[in-house]
Amino acid sequence: MSAESPLVRFENIQKSYDGEILVVKNFNLDVAKGEFVTMLGPSGSGKTTCLMMLAGFEPATHGEIYLKGKPINKVPPYKRGIGMVFQNYALFPHMTVAENLAFPLEVRGMGKAEREERVKRALDMVQLGEFGGRRPMQLSGGQQQRVAVARSLVFDPDLVLMDEPLGALDKNLREQMQYEIKHLHEQLGLTVVYVTHDQTEALTMSNRIAVFENGIVQQCAPPAELYESPSNAFVANFIGENNRIMGTVTALEKGVAKVTADSGESISAKQVNVHSVGDRTTLSLRPERVTVSPAEGSVDNQFSARVEELIYHGDHIRTRFTVCGHDDFIVKVPNSAGHAALQQGNTVTIGWKMEDCLALDA
Amino acid sequence: MSTADISISQDGIPLKQKLAKTTALQRRRALLLTMPLVLFLLVSFVVPIGQMLFNSVHNDKVSAVVPNFADAILQWDGVGLPPEETFEIFVKDMIQAKKVREVGRTVGNLATRVNYEMPGSRSLFTSTARKAKKIKEGPYKEALIKLNKKWGNPQIWLTLQRAARDITPAFYVAALDLKYAEDGSIERADELYQIYLNNFMKTLWLSALITFICILLAYPVAYLLSVLPLRQSNLLMIMVLLPFWTSLLVRTTAWIAILQTEGIINDMLVFLGFISDDGRIQMIYNQTGTIIAMVHILLPFMILPLYSVMKTIPPSYMRAALSMGAKPLYAYRKVYFPQTLPGLAAGTLLVFILAIGYYITPALVGGEDGLLISNLIAYHIQKSLNWSLGAALGTILLVVVLLLYWLYNKLIGIDKLRFG
Repeated sequence: MSAESPLVRFENIQKSYDGEILVVKNFNLDVAKGEFVTMLGPSGSGKTTCLMMLAGFEPATHGEIYLKGKPINKVPPYKRGIGMVFQNYALFPHMTVAENLAFPLEVRGMGKAEREERVKRALDMVQLGEFGGRRPMQLSGGQQQRVAVARSLVFDPDLVLMDEPLGALDKNLREQMQYEIKHLHEQLGLTVVYVTHDQTEALTMSNRIAVFENGIVQQCAPPAELYESPSNAFVANFIGENNRIMGTVTALEKGVAKVTADSGESISAKQVNVHSVGDRTTLSLRPERVTVSPAEGSVDNQFSARVEELIYHGDHIRTRFTVCGHDDFIVKVPNSAGHAALQQGNTVTIGWKMEDCLALDA
Repeated sequence: MSTADISISQDGIPLKQKLAKTTALQRRRALLLTMPLVLFLLVSFVVPIGQMLFNSVHNDKVSAVVPNFADAILQWDGVGLPPEETFEIFVKDMIQAKKVREVGRTVGNLATRVNYEMPGSRSLFTSTARKAKKIKEGPYKEALIKLNKKWGNPQIWLTLQRAARDITPAFYVAALDLKYAEDGSIERADELYQIYLNNFMKTLWLSALITFICILLAYPVAYLLSVLPLRQSNLLMIMVLLPFWTSLLVRTTAWIAILQTEGIINDMLVFLGFISDDGRIQMIYNQTGTIIAMVHILLPFMILPLYSVMKTIPPSYMRAALSMGAKPLYAYRKVYFPQTLPGLAAGTLLVFILAIGYYITPALVGGEDGLLISNLIAYHIQKSLNWSLGAALGTILLVVVLLLYWLYNKLIGIDKLRFG
């Protein structure tokens, strides 16, 4: 392996539990030192299995995982030196917080004085300096979460794995913890592999996101790229909100696809994942990229639409239209000064640019 | 509000009163619902235990059979022989008693009572009662001694004086393998009569051994139950519970069929040539039989609490420990095992207390040396009819169990117990 080999490399990983179904099909991923990589996907998509294989709790059926350039398939978990935060924290209930944190240090035969010093530093890092003597059960969910993070970091592992660590927290706390973990990652230069099914969480925290579906990585890219240019319909649908129009490609020219919607309208879209004329396609369009009553010439596609429903969201008004034969077309109308005043039942013109409308696989 | 100390509700009544009033109905209903059980426990549990405690120190056979004599002998100073009047009263009481047929008030009852404390004295009473009516006039002392010269021994009178008291520690003295010396002090009984303490020790030791074997057998099974997939663990659970669904007698009898000298195991060993036909192993009607059968019967009581606790320990604990660099054995010792302690404690307490008072199994398969204290108690209640001694033994057993319970609470804490 070369000098700048990635910290973690998954190479052609396959995993089957029953010898019949592959839950992970040919998984490849490199994680560079200092990176925050998230494996995102619905439950049962194989993301947690990949994490467990990396941690050493599940053997890979095929392929090899490398850590710092060395194959680790045969290395037991306790020799891998990987920190891990579990879904339900897995704080040992019969030990105090300090004892929990001291556990990995004790295992490493560290002296008492240094152990206490390190535990104290780790607790201060997560703002829980006062709580060393408490039992995990006496802490709130967010505090337990912080202890779990501190415990996974206290022995300075090369790599930290997090398995849906925020799943048990309520929304506000979850957002706060997202920032805290992100800041820890930046300050300490950690390498993190993170598993979640929550796309907002993934977008907020990650350098790169691998989107899983059916044991296959659908796309692995930085958050912005994932949102702006999803490579297929699944990713477009899974990341963020997304209007879909089904249709057939009638012409392809310089990256622009002419698509005839099933209801007959002709739409020009950006060619992403269609290859020839006559292909079925899903047009994907973000709700915030649609303009109501667009100025003449500012958009490439323009249709009349009927207002079906208005939901007031404060900063924007979520509006449901019927357009191109779909009655679930959502547009986020910004609540800005002088925005269009819509009434239920009105028929208005809406439009969008060609490059905001992606022609993906059907 | 000015009076900050007492919270007042809107209509001026203190909040506490108001609350008590509104919850009164609930509390009354709760009481009513528990009433049948409370009554049941009172009748079937509290009263019998009270009776047992009372019986263990109370025996009125002497004062019931020879009441006047009982009063008189208690006045005696215990020096030499009782005075002439006491002899007279005794003879008259005996003549009177001979005519009584009422159960519990016959000379036989008196003889049995004294015989407890002075073995071999039974016939003295029965024969004297038969002949007492021949003594028509005094001096009664000489007449009685002439009838049987044992009456000239002050020892019999001292024993009678002791037995004349209705409330007596004599049965505890006997239950603790002690006896009254000639001067009335308490000393150890002759070795031949030392059975109860040894049996108590044996019962404790066997119960501890059975509990220990149960732990060894139950722990791995409970662990397996807690980690296996649902379908397999259900099947295993049924196998664990199967003994619960069969009658205790059937199970014990099955052990007899398996373990006896002409039983399956011995037959098999002989057939396979491991032992000769004359060298068949005695595995039942002794301690071995008691241990095997009781371990089998008590095993579920160890498995279930262990299982219910292990079931609640998520596998992520062990994984977390491993991920932090702990070797599997160390992780198990430091992380998994401590968390199973509440279940282990519950199982241990349950099995030990059940074992210490177990009766049927040792009675059926225990033979001579496999008998436990409960079998001795049953013997005194059913065969020898020395209820007071049985009650004293039972009370000691109860105290031992309570003592263990207390000790256990001190060491581990009852609140830590988890049965499920």
